Amino acid sequence: MQVDIKTSNIKQLRNTFSHVARRLGADKPASRYQEATFDMQSDTNFHYRPIWDPQFELYDTARTAIKMADWYSFKDPRQYYYGVYTMNRAKQQDAAEKQFEFAEKRGVFFNLSEKDKEHLIFAVLPLRHYEWGANMNNCFCTSFGYGAAITQATMYNTMDRLGLAQYVSRLGLLLDGNIGDSLEVGKQHWLHTPEWQELRRSMENLFVTKDWFEVFLAQNFVMDGLVYPMFYKHLETRLNPMAGQTFSMCTNFMQEWFVETQRWVDSTIKTAVDESPENKEILSRWFDIWMTETTRALQPLMTALFAEEAASIFMQIKEELLVRAKKIGLKTPGAPA
Amino acid sequence: MNTPTPERTKTPVFIAFVTNDDTRNIVAAIREDNPQATVEEFPAMVKIESPGRLVVKRQSVSDLMGRDWDLQEIHLNLISLSGSINETEDEFELYWGQAA
Repeated sequence: MQVDIKTSNIKQLRNTFSHVARRLGADKPASRYQEATFDMQSDTNFHYRPIWDPQFELYDTARTAIKMADWYSFKDPRQYYYGVYTMNRAKQQDAAEKQFEFAEKRGVFFNLSEKDKEHLIFAVLPLRHYEWGANMNNCFCTSFGYGAAITQATMYNTMDRLGLAQYVSRLGLLLDGNIGDSLEVGKQHWLHTPEWQELRRSMENLFVTKDWFEVFLAQNFVMDGLVYPMFYKHLETRLNPMAGQTFSMCTNFMQEWFVETQRWVDSTIKTAVDESPENKEILSRWFDIWMTETTRALQPLMTALFAEEAASIFMQIKEELLVRAKKIGLKTPGAPA
Repeated sequence: MNTPTPERTKTPVFIAFVTNDDTRNIVAAIREDNPQATVEEFPAMVKIESPGRLVVKRQSVSDLMGRDWDLQEIHLNLISLSGSINETEDEFELYWGQAA
């Protein structure tokens, strides 16, 4: 008996959804990211305006001064949709867990002198509240922003912030031997210690800023752009060597996260800048305002943490941010050429 | 030995991948970097043929995928290929004849 194996070719009729095909210009295979992003937010057939803010539609492009012809041009270079985002973070969490486990086993933090512990708690633990503030600000962008391309990414960012805050808490628990006192002390620093008050004031001013794109730029570009290098890159060198090493190991996630998130933040702002000269004007003005404001707010902390090196390190951090700003097309008065 | 070293020829090289979400980006990157290449789609497979030489660049694929892509990941989706291989961290080159 002879068996013939026949293959039959089944050609699919459509490669993707019509609304995605319209954006791609033809019925081509689309990536998961494109299918999970394009036109996900509803934009028609809302019967009523929200009674809590009747001058706007529920989703309204007029909630920011930034104007875009197409709000879906904010593509996330990381191409995060729910699946990829969660898988990526899960992997990173596994790695971070290992690092904390290792630090715990060696008991490095627990064996630090009281003075070193107090210093670390003062320097780092209040950042839990910074992350929570950043979570609030990105929630704001998510709820008032327009188009799933940007709001889904800001939503992921809010979740990242909670994770980041938890890692800061874990550091605290390593320091106080799982009692949790350090968390309370950290909170008191954030609320009452003079060096932290200016940063808290900036953060709280940002809570009442109405334009969501301004909040996006101020939080994710300016504040993070200064705070992250300061705490997760330069602080290590000022700690005693043993604490410094363990600290940088336990904050590896923060360092990676910052590099990764920068790509998205930069490309988002660049897209808005490239759209029109008007956008460029507005964004440059916001950048200038928040750069001045945040620089001022961080000054006392810089001095407290870096003493005689404060000026030179701060200069370096600011210059790095100005270079980034220039690269994405923001006007930066006084930036190095 | 008396065999003459073969010159680079225009004999086609090819590379074939499984069709999936990852390889769509690889294929798109190859298309971009090798304008002379022809892409043929089969059920569940895509075959790319190119006269003489074909190159896969890590950076182009990474840019399209939106993440760091290791050239070695190519083997996860590779079905078959023909040609001599010249591999570095950044490029995967197929060619016939003498190495450049």
